[in-house]
Amino acid sequence: MTAVIEARGLGKRYGRRWALADCTLAVPAGRVVGLVGPNGAGKTTLLQLAAGLLAPTSGAITVLGHHPGGSPAQLSRVGFVAQDSPLYAGLSVAGHLRMGAWLNPGWDTEYAARRIRQLGLDLRQRAGSLSGGQRAQLALILAAAKRPELLLLDEPVASLDPLARREFLQGLMETVAEHGASVVLSSHLIADVERVCDFLIVLTASHVRAAGETEALLASHHRLSGPYRDPGTLPASWEVIEESHTGKQSVLLVRTDDPVLDPAWTDRPVSLEDLILAYLRQPGSGTGAGRPGLEVAS
Amino acid sequence: MIEFQLDTVSGVATYLQLVQQVHDALRLGLLEPGDKLPTAQQVVAKLAINPNTVLKAYRDLEREGLVRGRPGQGTFVIRSLPGTDPVTQRRFLAAMTDLLRSARSAGLGPDDIEAIYRTAVRGSFAEGVA
Amino acid sequence: MIRFTLLRFRVQAAVAAAGLLIIAIILAVTGPHLAHVYDTTLRACQQQGDCTLALGTLPPSPDGTLRALLYALVVAVPGLIGMFWGAPLAARELEAGTFRLAWTQGITRTRWLAAKLGVIGALSMLTAELLSLMVTWWASPIETASMDRLAPGVFHAGGIVPAGYAAFAFALGLTAGLLTRRTLPAIAITLVIFTAAQLAVPAFLRPQLIAPVHLSSPLAIASVTQMGTANATPAGGGTLFVQAQPDIPGAWILSSDIVTPAGRPADTLPAGQACSESHSRQACEAYIASFHLRHSVTYQPGSRYWALQWYETGIYLGLALVLAGLCFLRIGPAARRPGGPARASGGAATASGPWRWLGPRHLSRRRGRASGPWPGSRRGTRSRPLSRS
Repeated sequence: MTAVIEARGLGKRYGRRWALADCTLAVPAGRVVGLVGPNGAGKTTLLQLAAGLLAPTSGAITVLGHHPGGSPAQLSRVGFVAQDSPLYAGLSVAGHLRMGAWLNPGWDTEYAARRIRQLGLDLRQRAGSLSGGQRAQLALILAAAKRPELLLLDEPVASLDPLARREFLQGLMETVAEHGASVVLSSHLIADVERVCDFLIVLTASHVRAAGETEALLASHHRLSGPYRDPGTLPASWEVIEESHTGKQSVLLVRTDDPVLDPAWTDRPVSLEDLILAYLRQPGSGTGAGRPGLEVAS
Repeated sequence: MIEFQLDTVSGVATYLQLVQQVHDALRLGLLEPGDKLPTAQQVVAKLAINPNTVLKAYRDLEREGLVRGRPGQGTFVIRSLPGTDPVTQRRFLAAMTDLLRSARSAGLGPDDIEAIYRTAVRGSFAEGVA
Repeated sequence: MIRFTLLRFRVQAAVAAAGLLIIAIILAVTGPHLAHVYDTTLRACQQQGDCTLALGTLPPSPDGTLRALLYALVVAVPGLIGMFWGAPLAARELEAGTFRLAWTQGITRTRWLAAKLGVIGALSMLTAELLSLMVTWWASPIETASMDRLAPGVFHAGGIVPAGYAAFAFALGLTAGLLTRRTLPAIAITLVIFTAAQLAVPAFLRPQLIAPVHLSSPLAIASVTQMGTANATPAGGGTLFVQAQPDIPGAWILSSDIVTPAGRPADTLPAGQACSESHSRQACEAYIASFHLRHSVTYQPGSRYWALQWYETGIYLGLALVLAGLCFLRIGPAARRPGGPARASGGAATASGPWRWLGPRHLSRRRGRASGPWPGSRRGTRSRPLSRS
């Protein structure tokens, strides 16, 4: 399976602060990837590195097998929508479409026109006077109409109302179904991620905490509850994401590929939301492996 | 054409919900052999879900032998579910109605009836709900 | 990209065209009349000899404010171009974040910048030069009459230097915008530097572009404009005060000194009785003549007008090119260095590979060691990078 994005030890530093550190992952093609994490976790940095807007401080990244943003051909294969959907405020919708057609060799005029019609956008209206949802939709059209193999979207729905959000995701999924592009979508709205994403990257405090197919992640995480167990006696192959111990009971969120055979544990499936939240709650230091400190049951 | 719904709170995987809805439609006669299922594009335009989910559901249905995908044309129903004979359905509907009538006259309320029904179903289908 | 640049530039282009048109109409309406007035006045006064007085009473006079204002306009327009066409060009994109849209389209940043520089740079030069041509055409009767093409207030408005100013100011604005990433500071920086250049170049550089001519000739009494006593004391002392006007038509006089044959300035000489107030002009003239004073003039002859124009334009264009080069370095990917670190697959963006758009200002030069599961990666040494703000 070819990887659309491959990173090894990727890092980006501003001054003394590492916005992204030690990022190693391989994102397979044909997926809708959810990049989740709190604000300031490094999602924007990772996306901009993949789009070629930033240069790495350490490590390496390839997108579709090549240097991000390294050539017009590469730029045409990757669509990017930055946070808050930047558009030229004084330029009309039609002007933006003309820009897309002039600057992108693979521009699909028919697709763009159809989407504009579907959305009911006025071609003569200036982009500065569009609503937030309309701006996000237009920015998506500009990125998608050049028929990229990969779409990178930085929190495209963060500032939209629920209806606009839903409509944006509908449009995005329709585009994916039509063009077959891979998508990397950063968001801090877990409900949206649950709905559309089949591959997940969890990013907190500049580090990747988890990355994998959603189904595989859900299958490999277990919420275990049972009588109190000393953390030191747990199997070594278990990666404890979250644990809480009262005097009598232990509740763990554990990641393991081995089946949980010990009958003392009650094994409940984990929802995607619980899984993500558990990673988000982890203390921020360290490289991810190993057990975090004891957490008192909240 | 069938219109899919999504239940986000049940915890059931999306693709399973789609498969289930096709099964239900086949059983109720809303879908018949020769009918075309909506394209992945149409489904996701309505539901805003991952197209792969739709394709996965259709692949499952194809594996069950209920549908067949024709390249360039779409996915079509090729047979109905076994045991969906409307005569059989009507017969059991009549039997169930009689049973409920006697249950109500024995003093059982709707909650009781539902609890009894669920227990009976669970006991009857040892592998879980079909 | 060229079409798109023009599309986004249409408002500014329209404003410039309208401005030029208005000025063109005004000048076209008043120009012929001006030529006629000068023509008749010159013919009349040349019969009588000296025309300076006659010309001085004309509206517009050679030294008048209208002419000065028009010339000032010709040199102000390049400055305005730099401030309002050049500075916002990059700064607005960076401020508003739209560069993240522009630089993820199907063209490289280098091509993006080249199109903007080329198209709007050319339009800037064209606008400034058109204005200069119109004003020069309108003022040509005056210039022919007073022969002061090389004077600082006139030189900068004619010939081809306005195009050079425009190119420089535009490149300056663009560079300032690219470096500061904010529109207002970029506008301010452009204004300050352009003004400084326009003050410094005529004062220090232009006189030396070609080695000026030195002329030392015996002082002609006819050219003496003032004579008398300076620092007069009641006892009859004081220093000699002599001033003379060089008679070199069309020249740009850089310095004009009256000196003794020994080379000392005339005002070291004693005033003497002859040039005090009570005595006659002829007596003073005779007194001055007795010293055999010499008139030492440094000047640029009028024939050097075009040579100076080309040199100055060349300098401004050269500066513009340097600034443009700076912009390209700032923005675009540098060529991949052959001896770089090992890569996972061909074409990876590595840490010491092409330097891309940088983040916040305080990007430190020293980078952290490459960590991670990738043995053998070496920090390649880069050529000395340009200073990053």
